[in-house]
Amino acid sequence: MKVSVPLENKSLESPVCQSFGRTPLFALVDTESCAVEYLDNSAAASQGGAGIKAAQMIVDSSAKVVITYRLGQNAADVLNAANIEVYKAQDGTVIENIEKWKEGKLSLLDDIHPGFHNYGGM
Amino acid sequence: MKNKFSRLKKLLILSGKGGTGKTTVTSAFISLGGIQKYADCDVDAPNLHLTIPLSGEPERKNYYGFGKAVINKTKCVHCGLCEQNCAFCAIKNETVEIFECEGCGVCEVICPVKAISMEDYASGELMLYKSEGHVFSTAQLKMGSGASGKLVTAVKKQIPDSDNSEIVVIDGSPGIGCPVIASISGVDMVLIVAEPTISGIHDMKRIIDTAKHFSTPCAVCVNKFDVSIDNTEKIEKYCTEIGVPVIGRIPFDKEVVKAVNHCESIVNYPESKAAKALSEICNKLKKTLLQGGES
Amino acid sequence: MRIAVLSGKGGTGKTFVSVNLACAAYKAVYVDCDVEEPNGHLFLKPCITKKEQVKVKVPEVDMSKCTGCRICVDFCKYNALAYINNKLMVFNEICHSCNGCIYLCPEKALKAKERAIGEIEEGISENVTVFTGRLNTGEVSGIPIIKGLIEKLSDEDTVIIDCPPGSACVVMESIRKADYCILVAEPTLFGAHNLSMVYDLVKLFDKPFGVVLNKCMDGENPSEQFCIENKINILSKIPYDEEIGRLNSEGTIVVRADERYHQIFSKILEVIS
Repeated sequence: MKVSVPLENKSLESPVCQSFGRTPLFALVDTESCAVEYLDNSAAASQGGAGIKAAQMIVDSSAKVVITYRLGQNAADVLNAANIEVYKAQDGTVIENIEKWKEGKLSLLDDIHPGFHNYGGM
Repeated sequence: MKNKFSRLKKLLILSGKGGTGKTTVTSAFISLGGIQKYADCDVDAPNLHLTIPLSGEPERKNYYGFGKAVINKTKCVHCGLCEQNCAFCAIKNETVEIFECEGCGVCEVICPVKAISMEDYASGELMLYKSEGHVFSTAQLKMGSGASGKLVTAVKKQIPDSDNSEIVVIDGSPGIGCPVIASISGVDMVLIVAEPTISGIHDMKRIIDTAKHFSTPCAVCVNKFDVSIDNTEKIEKYCTEIGVPVIGRIPFDKEVVKAVNHCESIVNYPESKAAKALSEICNKLKKTLLQGGES
Repeated sequence: MRIAVLSGKGGTGKTFVSVNLACAAYKAVYVDCDVEEPNGHLFLKPCITKKEQVKVKVPEVDMSKCTGCRICVDFCKYNALAYINNKLMVFNEICHSCNGCIYLCPEKALKAKERAIGEIEEGISENVTVFTGRLNTGEVSGIPIIKGLIEKLSDEDTVIIDCPPGSACVVMESIRKADYCILVAEPTLFGAHNLSMVYDLVKLFDKPFGVVLNKCMDGENPSEQFCIENKINILSKIPYDEEIGRLNSEGTIVVRADERYHQIFSKILEVIS
């Protein structure tokens, strides 16, 4: 199963990025084969609708799970439409979060914010 | 592996309506609180730099918003399709009106001879001042530009992170739209500077709604409160009813105008009534910010 | 004659000047273009005669025709479209209504649909016809509302346009069809700094203009200095007056309450015409 997590550096020891839509990179980890891919997030440079564009990319990457600190409403709508599960990230590195997810220690992200709609977000 | 979770506590100062004294309060808070990291997110009309003695040249960076259409006149065959199809009426006689163009790219695809291209357009400039341990981030949007939200985000992003618990003060912009919403994102607290007038109350309510819409804790202080005690009490009653703390009242004080005009913070006039009131408010805010949410 | 009232900085007294000018005229039209925070109506308290919604067009998809080619998704500069699970999603609030996706769809699966982003209210307050524009919270741009307001103006009346603060796109839209611009400035360094921004703006648009110095007190006036240095016509110097401050804070229109002020504002109108 592919799990996607936003991060700022090409290393699973990096912390999870605070932003979803404007993260510079996403890690795409195949939990069965342990293969790791890093996706450039072109949405980060968008004037607006970054969350939507990033979510579209995640959907296209065949990820089934996303681990993130925050998500705007529009991006959430995109991920929900694709039946992707979203979990709330905790303090720690990307690899630590993935391990916690495997152990069932992460909870689903339920506080979706209204979104920054073109207004940027940090 | 060090956990780089930000320990910055961000305080945003907003007013809804312009002219309530937001920037004056912000600069007072910076001086009184010994704040070393601050930003001016009023990118349309930045004023904070006028109250802070800044030395040296800042690092400057162009800010690119939406692209703008550029027509290559030598390729143009005068079919008029671009003008007909521009939803913003930004093309007239094969000339693009820069201030009307919203960078949608329709003209680029509709032109039968590929005479139009979307080019980068610097719609503003970011500036970062660093001196004596202080960091000040600001920007100026060029006249007529829209979509300032992304520039506001860029201003906030310029502020370096910290491992220590530290307060960052952000001077916001008036209104409830795009730049204000961008500035609210990710802050720990919003302080609303309200003025006791009908317009002031009306706009304060809208800005409280906006802050609540984005689930951000807020507090109110009433500036120039003695212009109308009646309205001041109305504000305090309303805030109590909806659960927003009112943390102080600042009197109207001519010393403030003098201070601003001399490029000084009001705290250089410590005996003034306003400075005393501001001092109390500053202490309350520091306590709340540094105590709450220690992780 | 269309007179736009603007100021680089908020809180200088744009609405104060606009409302009072409209009331001092024999008969006038007041237009509130500060659609995010309209305030004029709080003073004029107009009797509302008409309300209409302002609508913009957004794309609507007929999924039976959509083949999932994603040309629209890739084209949209605002990322207002996404294609998920064989379904096209449209994000209305960030759509800029450029019609590009509708034009480009090879299957003609997209059509324009209207949605409301705000409203325009028309009303009467004694000698003044009042138009108030209001943008719904959360919407991106007030420009379509301002365009709607300006369209309602006839060439014959005396029109006072109360502009939004600053010099961004919404201000440009408000002054575009004005015949004269009044720049309102307060006597502080901030005021002078922001006055210079709107000064640049009115020069760029080649509009005749003059300055009203508001809340004047004894002592230095950096805004007055700026006008003198740049040889700008000062239309009036309105003193800071606790009485005005009090009346204003209560939502009272000073020219209707005090003859002195009626004279000050009548004089400004005279000078301009």
